[in-house]
Amino acid sequence: MSAGDKILETVVRETTVQIKNGDGLHMRPAMQFVDLASQFDCEITVSSGRTEADGKSIMHMSMLAATYGTQLKIRAAGPQAQEALDALRELVEVRMFDEPPPKPNENQPQ
Amino acid sequence: MDIKKGIAVSPGVSIGKCLIIDSEDYRIPRRQIDASQRMGEVQRVRNAFRDAVVELTELEQAQDDTAGGRIKDIFAVHLRFLRDRRLRKRVTDLVFDESVTAEYAVVTVFHEIAAHFTSVKDSYISERADDIYDLERRLLKLLLGSKREDLARLREEVVVVARELSPTQTAGFNKAFVRGIASDAGGRTSHAAIVARSLGIPAVVALEDLTEIVRGGDNVIVDGNRGLVIVNPDDETLQQYETYSADFVALEHRLDTIREKPAVTRDGVKITLLGNIEFPDEAEMILEKGGEGIGLYRTEFLYLNRPTEPTEEEHYRAYAQTIGVLKDRPIVFRTVDLGADKYTQRKRFAPEPNPFLGLRSIRLCLQNLAMFKTQLRAILRASVLGPVKVMFPLITNLQELMQAKMILHDVMEDLDEESIAYNRDIDVGIMVETPSAALTASTLARESDFFSIGTNDLTQYTLAVDRGNELVSTLYSPADPAVLRLIRTVIQDAYKAQIDLSVCGETASEPEYVMILLGMGVRTLSLAAPLIPEIKEMIRSVTIEECNSLTRKVLAMNSERQISSYIRSAARKVLPEAF
Repeated sequence: MSAGDKILETVVRETTVQIKNGDGLHMRPAMQFVDLASQFDCEITVSSGRTEADGKSIMHMSMLAATYGTQLKIRAAGPQAQEALDALRELVEVRMFDEPPPKPNENQPQ
Repeated sequence: MDIKKGIAVSPGVSIGKCLIIDSEDYRIPRRQIDASQRMGEVQRVRNAFRDAVVELTELEQAQDDTAGGRIKDIFAVHLRFLRDRRLRKRVTDLVFDESVTAEYAVVTVFHEIAAHFTSVKDSYISERADDIYDLERRLLKLLLGSKREDLARLREEVVVVARELSPTQTAGFNKAFVRGIASDAGGRTSHAAIVARSLGIPAVVALEDLTEIVRGGDNVIVDGNRGLVIVNPDDETLQQYETYSADFVALEHRLDTIREKPAVTRDGVKITLLGNIEFPDEAEMILEKGGEGIGLYRTEFLYLNRPTEPTEEEHYRAYAQTIGVLKDRPIVFRTVDLGADKYTQRKRFAPEPNPFLGLRSIRLCLQNLAMFKTQLRAILRASVLGPVKVMFPLITNLQELMQAKMILHDVMEDLDEESIAYNRDIDVGIMVETPSAALTASTLARESDFFSIGTNDLTQYTLAVDRGNELVSTLYSPADPAVLRLIRTVIQDAYKAQIDLSVCGETASEPEYVMILLGMGVRTLSLAAPLIPEIKEMIRSVTIEECNSLTRKVLAMNSERQISSYIRSAARKVLPEAF
């Protein structure tokens, strides 16, 4: 986890997570991500490479087309920034969107 | 100012703001709008998203939990998209930044998103494009559907501009506010043309790309006399047309004065003029315009704009209402002539590849006996209320006619058993509108009480020309020697069998055809109400002797061009004001 900034009393937090479920960030996981992100009082920006997405927009999140192994940088700005990052990391890396990891010999991490 | 030339199909001139009607079946062209209309379009986008959320929520709730989470997930994902502010903003921003319609913006944005998904290599993700198209269709249906409702709720006068008008669309018009019709597709006998004539409003069709040029709200002149549509006319043109339009109204008033006079030729031969009706509320107009009855009561309107077939009671009520208006004047009910149109094709699992040669009209009825019998029962029950006749369309051979008559007798027996009154001696006739029926008219006449020549279909089937296809519609002409010879055969066979004969196709309403039809022996014409006065004036200006002499000359001619120019110039000499 990177160090937080303080700009005009806005709490900003950043972290990087990796997609660990085999099918990647398809529609249903994107929906889970957006639903969770929307519960927090902060702006959430997710970037994959040079593409940036609004973490509360299913259109943006699904268009990231993040497959297994993709690194996502999540940036949260607002009162609940830290809580948001903790919850999202747990969803992506620990619960893995309630989906299985890839089968052996398939989708090896890059 | 843009001037487009098309085919004039219904006379008159109208000037008004245009209303563009989209059709679900066509690509949405880029439609520029004025800056002032942007807020309205943005609101339409918001309403469509809101209504789609309501629709989907209902669908989601109706899903059985036991069916597995998969389908519920799909609905849930779609709902997230519809509630996504970023997505909605992308659509409304496009409306604002580029001044385009809600439909165009939705199509553009959703196609961009779908294209993005399709470009992703991972197949699991690229299949998301299907979800996006699904959402797009849902939104478009709502947007286009709301426009159709707008048509029914029109509160200001408009000129309707469409790629093509379907019977369903025109059935939904609030007719009091439609001042003119212009369409990209179509010919003289297209649906738009028939409706315009029956409403007595000017129309021009076959304008090819008018819908791409015109923007909603533009000032448009529809010149149904010269076949012109002028978009955003300059002041000079507008002034000319306002004068011209006033002159035309004066002609109409002059024609109104002959309403009370009989349709008799100068040498004293009485011609019967009947009306064709598309909708029951046109019945009054037939009497206002001097018609002596209804020669063609089209019954298709009962089937349009509804998910289920009309009941016997609904048929009966519509018929009884019209009989009430006509009192003791004759009415010919044509049994339902559906098929070969959007209404039936959309209901088909697989649309027919060649619907005009497919399951339409009497063929459709003979394969759907329950539907056919329901209508026949209603017509028979109505037959005690006035001088009612029944007519079968698109008969192609004797066997079909015998089958249809047998079913009519079955229905009569049913009514007998239930002790329901009807006219046992009801006249039963046929439309002669296929070359095969015309060629075997002498045989069919033995089983018919009357013939009505449907010149539209007879011309299209004889000349193998799709009358609605603007690429070949110029080949469509009842003045073709082949068509005229068939018409003459039918008339002669009807005379020999001593049965009644009328012409109910579009030629009956065109002044230049009056002389040739009278010359071939026709004494009854059935046409759209607004055109009755003009045809009556033509009849009152000729003698049968002149008509016979013209007909002898015309039947010796070999080319359509020669015939049509000859009959037109003859008609012009007799009645210059009509042209």
